[in-house]
Amino acid sequence: MNEIRWAPHIRCRESTAGIMYGVIIALLPAMMGSIYYFGPQALKVISVCIASCLLSEVVSKAVFRRKLRIYDGSAVLTGLLLAFVLPPAIPLWIAALGGFIAIFLVKELFGGIGFNIFNPALTARAVLVTSFPVQMTRFTVPLSYKIDGITSATPLAILKDKLNMEMPSLMEMFLGNRGGCIGETSALLLLLGAIFLLSKRIITWHIPFAFILTVALLSAVFGQNPLFHVLAGGLILGAFFMATDYVTSPLTNKGKIIFGTCCGILTFLIRYKGGFPEGVAYSIIFMNMFVPLIDRYTMPRKFGLSRKKRAG
Amino acid sequence: MFKGGLKIEAFKEMSEDEEIETFPSPGKVAIALSQHTGLPSKPLVQKGDKVSAGQVIGEPAGFISSYVHSSISGKVGAIENRNLPNGKNSLCVIIEKEEGVEASSENRARKDWQAMSPGEIVEAVRKAGIAGMGGAAFPTFVKLMVPEGKKAGCVLLNGCECEPFLTADYRVLKEKTFEVIEGLQVICKALSVSKAYIGIESNKKDLVKPIQKHFKNLKIPVDMEVRVLPEKYPQGSEKHLIKSVTGKEVPSLGLPIDIGCVVFNVQTVSSIQQAVCEGVPLTERVLTVTGLVKTPKNLKVKIGTPISDILGYCGGSLTGASKLIIGGPMMGINIPSADMPVIKSTTGILLLPVDTVSTKEIQPCIRCGRCVNVCPMGLVPSEISRYAERQRWEECKSLDIADCIECGCCSYICPARRPMVDLLKWAKAELRKTE
Repeated sequence: MNEIRWAPHIRCRESTAGIMYGVIIALLPAMMGSIYYFGPQALKVISVCIASCLLSEVVSKAVFRRKLRIYDGSAVLTGLLLAFVLPPAIPLWIAALGGFIAIFLVKELFGGIGFNIFNPALTARAVLVTSFPVQMTRFTVPLSYKIDGITSATPLAILKDKLNMEMPSLMEMFLGNRGGCIGETSALLLLLGAIFLLSKRIITWHIPFAFILTVALLSAVFGQNPLFHVLAGGLILGAFFMATDYVTSPLTNKGKIIFGTCCGILTFLIRYKGGFPEGVAYSIIFMNMFVPLIDRYTMPRKFGLSRKKRAG
Repeated sequence: MFKGGLKIEAFKEMSEDEEIETFPSPGKVAIALSQHTGLPSKPLVQKGDKVSAGQVIGEPAGFISSYVHSSISGKVGAIENRNLPNGKNSLCVIIEKEEGVEASSENRARKDWQAMSPGEIVEAVRKAGIAGMGGAAFPTFVKLMVPEGKKAGCVLLNGCECEPFLTADYRVLKEKTFEVIEGLQVICKALSVSKAYIGIESNKKDLVKPIQKHFKNLKIPVDMEVRVLPEKYPQGSEKHLIKSVTGKEVPSLGLPIDIGCVVFNVQTVSSIQQAVCEGVPLTERVLTVTGLVKTPKNLKVKIGTPISDILGYCGGSLTGASKLIIGGPMMGINIPSADMPVIKSTTGILLLPVDTVSTKEIQPCIRCGRCVNVCPMGLVPSEISRYAERQRWEECKSLDIADCIECGCCSYICPARRPMVDLLKWAKAELRKTE
C-alpha cells in the first residue's frame, strides 16, 4: 500500500510506441516487396534513411535539450516512410540528407513529436525534389538490378509526358512490377498492411477512403481510367500511411473526411493539370496546413448543447 | 444511446455470485459528520454519551446538509477529525460498542406509505439521513422536491453499475427486488410521477424477469419499464443514463430535472424504502470488496466500520496488491491507508496490483484523437489538457471544460499516458476559485 495514484486506475495497453511499431509492421510486406523488385539498392536506401533519422533524432534532442525517446519507434518509422518515397537509384548521401531534413528541420525544429505541422517524410521528399531534381526523378526498371539498372519512368510520367514507353498493365501495377519510388509500387502489399492497420484500429477508414475515392471519381469524370489513377504513383501509400499521420491530420472523423477529400482533389488536379506527374505528396503537405482550420470547424457536438448555441 | 464511452473488461465475475453477507457489528465505528455533499452536520452528542443504534447523533447545519445516525449501540469515545475515503477530512463521532445499550426503536413500525403525503415522504427521507449512495452523496430529500417552475415527468432507477469490478448494486437488485421496487413507488408518489424506468447494463440481463414479476403487484398506478442498455462505460452517469433511456439530453450545465427526469441509485432507493416503509434510518450499506483480496464479497456493513476490519474479514490482500481503491477503478479514489471509515457513498473496496501500464512517463500528445472519440460529453480533452498544462484557464473555460463529468475515459485511452482527466480536474478547480 504505498503508491498513491489518480483515477482511472486501469489504462488501456495501447502506447505511442505500440502504434509506431504497428505502422512499421504494416509496412513490412511492402518493404520486402521493394527489396524483391529493386534489389540490394532498396535495402541500402532503407537502412541509410533509418540510420540517418535515428542519428538526427539523437543530435536534435541534444541540441534542443529534449528527452530522448528513441524507443518510441517514431524515428524508425519516419526513416522507413522516407525511403519509401525515394527512387531506388537515389545516391545514398541524398537519402541520408533526407533523414536529417525530416527529423531535424520538419519535426524537431517545430517542437518534436506531436508538434510538427508537416508530415516529416513527405516534406523531406519535397525538399529533395527541388534540390536534386535529376536524382529524384531517375527511376529504374523493377527486377533489372540483376542486369545493372535500366532506367525507366513511372506510369504517371509516361502518361503525362506522353513518353514512348510501354505502359505496365494494371495487374503489373497492382503487384508492383512498375517503375516508381521504393515503397509505392506494390498496391497489393501496401493494402495488406493497410488492412492490418484498420483491423488494429490504428487508423480509421475516413482519410484513405475519402482520398482514394475522390481521385477515382475525378478520374472517371475527366475521362481517365480510375483504376489506373488509384494504382499509379503513391496514392495507396500516401492515403493509408502518410495522410493518416495523427500529428498532421484532423482530430475528428468529419475533419478526416474533409481532409481526405481535399487531398484527393489536389492530387488529381496536380496529376491532370499540374507541372509534376504526381501530386500525392504535395497535396498532403498542402492540406497539412489546413488541419488547425479543419479542426476548428469540425469540433464534436457537445452533449446537451445544440450546434447553433455553441457557435453563439 | 450516447456517443463516445468505452468498452472495458468488467471483472464482475469475481464477486457477482457472492450473496450479500452481513458484516458482524464492529467494536468501534467512526461516523463522519461530513459524508454528504453540503454543510457538515452539527454533532448532538458529547464524549462519554451513551448512544443507541439508529439514534440521531448529528443534525443538518443548513438546507443542503444531512442527519447522521449512530450505526451501533455504545459510548461516544471521542469526537475528532479523521480522513475520509472520499478525500475529505471531517469531524467524526467515534462510538465504542458497549453491551446493554438498547437499539433505538423509535419509529420502527411498518408504515402505510400510501397514506403519506409527498411532504411527509420527503421529511421521512430527510430524517433518515439519506444521501446519494452511488458515490455523489447528495442529500436525497432535495431531489424529491421539484423546484418551482420545473416538472418531474419520470423517475429513473440507475442500476447500471458501469464501473468494472463493482457488484453491490447488482446484488441488491437481485436479492432485495421487492424493497427496491417498493422504494421506487415511494419516490414516484413523492414526486407525483407515473412513469419509472429501471436502467441496467446488458451484463445484468438475468434481473429483467425477476424485476418484471413485481410489476404486477404495484400499490400505486405507475408505469414501470426495465431498459437493458449496452455495456458501455459511463452508462451509469446520470446524464448518459437519461440519454440512453429517454433519448433526451440534459442541457449543458443543467440538471436532470430541467428535462423532467430524476435519477436514483439502487441503494438510495432501497434506503428510501427502509426509511419510509420501515422507519429505519440509513446506518448501513452494501459494498463490494474485490480485486486482489483473498475472498471477494458483497458485504452489508455498518456506516463507520474501519476499512481495515473489512479487508481483514475478507482474508486480507493477496500478494501483489499495491493500490487500495475506494469505489471503482475508473473514478475511485486511491487511499493511502485502510485506517478510514466506511461512509454512505462507499460503493466498493478494491485492491489492484502495481500499474501494468506505467503512467510515470508522460509523453507528448500525438493528436491521435482517441480521447475526442471516447469523450461522452463531446469535449476535446487533448486540446483542453494542453491549455491546462500551460495554466491557460480561460481557454479551458471557452472549450466548455465545465461540462466534463470526470469519467476518466480520456486518461484511460491515451496512448501517450497523458493524465488528461487530472489536468481537466485541475483546470476546473482553478476556474471555480476565480468565480
